[in-house]
Amino acid sequence: MASGIKDKVAILGMGCSKFGERWDAEADDLIVEAFLEGIKDAGIEKNQIQAAWFSTAIEEQHVGKSGTPLAVALRLPYIPVTRVENFCASGSEAFRGAVYAVASGAVDIALALGVEKLKDTGYGGLPQRGRGPLNNLFTPNLSAPGSFAQLAEAYRAKHGVSAEDLKRAMAHISVKSHDNGSRNPKAHLTNKVTEETVLNAPIVAQPLGLYDCCGVSDGAACAIVTTPEIARSLGKKDLITVKALQLAVSNGVESSHNSWDGSYFATARIASKRAYNEAGIKNPRQEVSLMEVHDCFSVTELVTMEDLHISAEGGAIKDVLDGFYDHDGKVPCQIDGGLKCFGHPIGASGLRMLYEMYLQLQGRAGARQRKDTPRFGLTHNLGGAPAQNVCSVSIVGRYDG
Amino acid sequence: MTGIVAFGGYIPRLRLQRKSIAEANSWFNPGLKGQAKGEKAICNWDEDAITMAVEAARDALAGLDRTKVAQLVLASTTLPFVDRNCATVIAQALSLRHDIQTIDITTSQRAATTGLIQALRGLRPGEYALVVASEKRRTKAASPQEMAYGDGAAALVLGSEGVIAEFLGSESESVDFVDHFRGQNRDYDYSWEERWIRDEGYNKILPPVLARLMAKTKIAGDGVAAFVMPCTLSRVAQGLAKRAGIAEDRVRDPLAAQCGDTGVAHPFVMLAHTLEGAKAGERILLAAFGQGCDALMFETKAALAALPKRRGIGGSLARKKAEANYSRFLAFNDNVAIERGMRSEVDKQTALSTLYRKRDMITSLMGGKCRKCGTVQWPKSNVCVNPNCNEFKSQDDHPFAEQVGKIMSFTADQLTYSPDPPACSGMIQFDEGGRFMADFTDVEAPSLKVGQPMQMMFRIKDQDSMRGFVRYFWKAAPAA
Repeated sequence: MASGIKDKVAILGMGCSKFGERWDAEADDLIVEAFLEGIKDAGIEKNQIQAAWFSTAIEEQHVGKSGTPLAVALRLPYIPVTRVENFCASGSEAFRGAVYAVASGAVDIALALGVEKLKDTGYGGLPQRGRGPLNNLFTPNLSAPGSFAQLAEAYRAKHGVSAEDLKRAMAHISVKSHDNGSRNPKAHLTNKVTEETVLNAPIVAQPLGLYDCCGVSDGAACAIVTTPEIARSLGKKDLITVKALQLAVSNGVESSHNSWDGSYFATARIASKRAYNEAGIKNPRQEVSLMEVHDCFSVTELVTMEDLHISAEGGAIKDVLDGFYDHDGKVPCQIDGGLKCFGHPIGASGLRMLYEMYLQLQGRAGARQRKDTPRFGLTHNLGGAPAQNVCSVSIVGRYDG
Repeated sequence: MTGIVAFGGYIPRLRLQRKSIAEANSWFNPGLKGQAKGEKAICNWDEDAITMAVEAARDALAGLDRTKVAQLVLASTTLPFVDRNCATVIAQALSLRHDIQTIDITTSQRAATTGLIQALRGLRPGEYALVVASEKRRTKAASPQEMAYGDGAAALVLGSEGVIAEFLGSESESVDFVDHFRGQNRDYDYSWEERWIRDEGYNKILPPVLARLMAKTKIAGDGVAAFVMPCTLSRVAQGLAKRAGIAEDRVRDPLAAQCGDTGVAHPFVMLAHTLEGAKAGERILLAAFGQGCDALMFETKAALAALPKRRGIGGSLARKKAEANYSRFLAFNDNVAIERGMRSEVDKQTALSTLYRKRDMITSLMGGKCRKCGTVQWPKSNVCVNPNCNEFKSQDDHPFAEQVGKIMSFTADQLTYSPDPPACSGMIQFDEGGRFMADFTDVEAPSLKVGQPMQMMFRIKDQDSMRGFVRYFWKAAPAA
């Protein structure tokens, strides 16, 4: 019987580039920026890394395929480098690869690094691309906001929520994230916004307005992982260990079978339950200290509060408006500013979320630091569309061993 | 007895107000003001002669056994392909049998009546022939044609059982009288003077042919209940009727004010419109002009009253949205260089091998039904989607095209490139099972609601302007 990943792997160091419209930087510049911080934090030499996992999603827009862009950017010494892509969970997938490699005993120290250089398309928003020869023949013409906006009407229909109440809760989510981002120098957007600004913004995809959408940014983030024993032998104290790594992938039920109602993420409900079980968390609303979730759009964050079993079903609007997820609330969500303020360089996002958890758990988050040092930090990525997606849930925490 | 067994019609929903054409162009051609009456039917950006033909054919085939269709004739001068049999695309969209004749007839404004005569001659007992006429002509800005032409389609099912209008006979004449032409690779018609067309064309070519047909069928002018004579020229049809002894009130309305002249489709559009209001025992004289003429005589039968109600032309004319935006009409017809943005630059190449392999899924909207658990699903797949079944290789074909579904989720997307933003789409769920994310068409975003019934319509999915290919798929539109 598998015993799960809990406490088998520790984070030795992490790094994160400044996110934003990095007109100054190529992908390899971003890789180096994140890596130099991470390797310094880990306190090891580059050549001690024995294997690497490299995440990019829209690779045709910047570095191209394979592990070579990472190996070349860092001049890695001919170690194994595996490129991973799993929609917006790509960064979390790189982390999972590195963590599993260490846990298996195959290597002592592994690197996970994600990068995405999106701002060379010539226009705002994610690149509009083909989806493959068969998908091109039938998938509807809709953007990322268009596909996540589908949640809103289905959620309203299920819970009998007025358009105004939903819009107000969505606005609160964006106002809260901008407030958090204003305390984070690495965020792309560091401005505060008012509820009025959010509510009056131009519509991108009904009912999502401009401020209901995360930015599009360039960025990179990385993690260097090892076993708790090796971390200690390297002189590390107050270890942060991996408590759970879960991934749930749609198999077509939501998109083709009438058992799903369109108002939630089936994958997130499954992945989060598995993660709590793996981490030994019985009551997530009480035990999870902090969350970084995939707030590609405000409505995604809203329903995710229920999918992660923190808010009761149908209860997210009230919790959001009550400030439960604000930076001074019971379970702060997006304390670093979230995708809303960091943008979503796809390959990097999952690792950027873990970076914030790592800092918060160690009390190193500066102006954003939670006063009562957190115990469990949860990160969550969603990729694809509500009707067909991948969802990763990771939990990291302080090591008690 | 052979003749028409059923008819169907399709006029696109958008009706351009002729006033808007005149307002935009009278600075250049003040004469347009005189034509600025009523409205003309125009295709949505995702409609063409093929999509309209599919809709007209579906309407005509309502309640009939499609496996009896042994021949499909498509008449149009505006087919989206010069070398790809468009009738075969339509046959696939209609899920007709594969061992049938599929024929495109083109290059003349009487293509529909010529196709009709040919199909009637080739009819075999127990079989149907489906003749569809569809037209979407591009016109130059500020031209008289822009005022006169409309888009539309109509279809006739021919057979020998359940005949609603018996075919009594036909006469034809071939004359190389070039009132207008459209050269190869040319977008627009080039027309000669109307007075010459009237005096030397209609008024000299048609009368002897009508006389021959009436003599052959032994029907005098006062025996004709309806004279179906498409002609945009003023009073020409009335003049022809008078010479044939047909009272003026028997001349059918050419629908100029409601939809405009739909070209090759117009004889069928007017005939379908006539049949919708006809009673048993009425003689209908149908004529069409173009490098000569065709004339056909029909007599309605008792079975007409028993024909199930259909959309037809009347229903199509009622299903309308007034369009006062001339600029949108120009953009839809590629008559103005509109800034489509970089998002429109995505390559729309179609993998022809994929399209062929998946033609039932894509062109016919064929899904699957699991033999083990009965779950209906689209697409038909190797493994049943029912999480409590998941049987491998267990599905039989199950058609979705004629089903009405309901909206489960939706949005109006302003970000993605669409020729007519916002792009509306959503999950369509069918009561008996099955669902998929579909593009919506013929909708206004503010009117969308969860639970709203939606019908499937065959439309253009993408235009591959780099290569000249058009790909088609089914979209959801508000159910009638």
